[in-house]
Amino acid sequence: MNMEEYKILAPCGMLGYGFPKASFQKGMEHKPDAIVVDAGSTDAGPHKLGAGTAIVSKQACKKDLELMITAGAAAGIPVIIGSAGGSGARIHVEWTQSIVMEIVKEHRLSDLNIAVIWADIPHEAVKASLAAGQCEPLNMTVKPLTEERLEATTRIVAQMGHEPIIQALEAGADIIICGRAYDPSPFAAAAIHNGFDPALSYHLGKILECAALCADPGTTKDSMLGILKKDSFIIKPLNDKRKCTTISVAAHTFYEKDHPYLLHGPGLILDLEQCTFTELGDGSVEVRGSRVHETHVYKIKLEGAMRTAYRTFVVAGVRDPLLISRIEEVEELVRQQVQEYYDDISESDYEIRFINYGLNGVMGQLEPTPTPGHELGIVVDVVAKTQELADMICSSARSTFLHYGYEGRKATAGNLAFPFAPSDVPFGAVYEFSVYHLMETRDALEMFTCEFIQGGSR
Amino acid sequence: MKLYDAAAVLRSKNSGPFEITVDALFDHAATYNKIKQSGIINKETISKLYNIAPEEITEIVFFDQALGFKVTFARGVSSGSFLDRDVYGAQQHAPLMDLEVEV
Repeated sequence: MNMEEYKILAPCGMLGYGFPKASFQKGMEHKPDAIVVDAGSTDAGPHKLGAGTAIVSKQACKKDLELMITAGAAAGIPVIIGSAGGSGARIHVEWTQSIVMEIVKEHRLSDLNIAVIWADIPHEAVKASLAAGQCEPLNMTVKPLTEERLEATTRIVAQMGHEPIIQALEAGADIIICGRAYDPSPFAAAAIHNGFDPALSYHLGKILECAALCADPGTTKDSMLGILKKDSFIIKPLNDKRKCTTISVAAHTFYEKDHPYLLHGPGLILDLEQCTFTELGDGSVEVRGSRVHETHVYKIKLEGAMRTAYRTFVVAGVRDPLLISRIEEVEELVRQQVQEYYDDISESDYEIRFINYGLNGVMGQLEPTPTPGHELGIVVDVVAKTQELADMICSSARSTFLHYGYEGRKATAGNLAFPFAPSDVPFGAVYEFSVYHLMETRDALEMFTCEFIQGGSR
Repeated sequence: MKLYDAAAVLRSKNSGPFEITVDALFDHAATYNKIKQSGIINKETISKLYNIAPEEITEIVFFDQALGFKVTFARGVSSGSFLDRDVYGAQQHAPLMDLEVEV
């Protein structure tokens, strides 16, 4: 195969976020060679991975997929879903798979070849890799992965590169449901598979994975077209309301990455320092000069979450100026009184914090101007070993705070204004990323197995 | 002039759950170049504005093609864990807003 151009339609920046049908149709009129969508993120924190839940609703996911799959089938082009279900673990992939199967059945598309690529990493593999010194924390503040923390980790995934996805394409997949993937990889895989430059393919993927976010005005909820050529690629909006500029595309290159032009992925580093961005006059931008270096050792990024506690919280407002002037002092006294009352419960079994919105609620210790407003919003946030304990401590902190007789108080009827009744909200489990490591692998395929499902027959 | 007024975009976001990255982007090459050349965007400035140790700042890089610079630093608490205050890290740009820059 020797194609001059390869076109990828990115319907939206996140599967389930929705997109204007007209933009998508306009994209289809350009006769794309693949439809690719990213479905994953660690943005919303560790909860989705830890609890095994999705980021979007089933209905929202199905609405997007239905358009993509029927259009893909009609055009005879592959549809690739990256990081299925948000976190890309087995439970998320199966959730996505069941939606795909529903669509396939309802539209009688049972002759489609559906591939699933699993990204789950067994605990034993991580344990062995740690012992061999081949698994390192990715950031300076990642806590050491002790045996205890590893055991408490509910599930671990790793980001796949383009290689396992290419393998599925080579085997004739029409729909590929990827477990956790490096966000640009599903886009890059489609292009590299058809003989295009890996550096340009990855850079295009980095931009298309957020779809129209690189346009002006930017949004993740609109479609974009990527056109790969031999020495460049073009980013084209599909909605007259948006256009790409040199700056909007260059700026997106460094969106949510730690470095503006050095981007690390599985087995590679994308080097975009020498890129040029050129406006073509029709709202699209052409990019040249992307480079990629293969790393000496192939490393994949692991993500794992563990449950750390259960939470109960209260939202309240404070308007009394005297209380506001000494709010942090009173909160400390409330905390002490709760601790004294429950002196039979170990202090390590629970924690109370107060978030003072209107003072330093958003930035905490980083706040450069901790000046209180005329009213404060307060969240009493309690985490504890069990939900029952969190409920009990929160209830105690709330009632203590409500009636606390601080020095000089005149408003003796109560200190807090509650917007809700009941005031206390039992939240459920709280997670943290316990695994955020780079693990060496033999090659790009070792940890990712591909499985084919006969369309509609299962 | 305050950086907030000089910049077209001043934003913050997680770059992974363990880091915050702050981007400033400009409309005009002249403004961008003047700020870049002034040298005011350095570890000392950032460390003072954010009340963090210089060692926690992992990147301060200018990218000419985008007319922008990026500052990345370690999060005190990882995204979505207990004691975190900003899961997406999207409201951590404020300390840079009032920085006086010459343009």
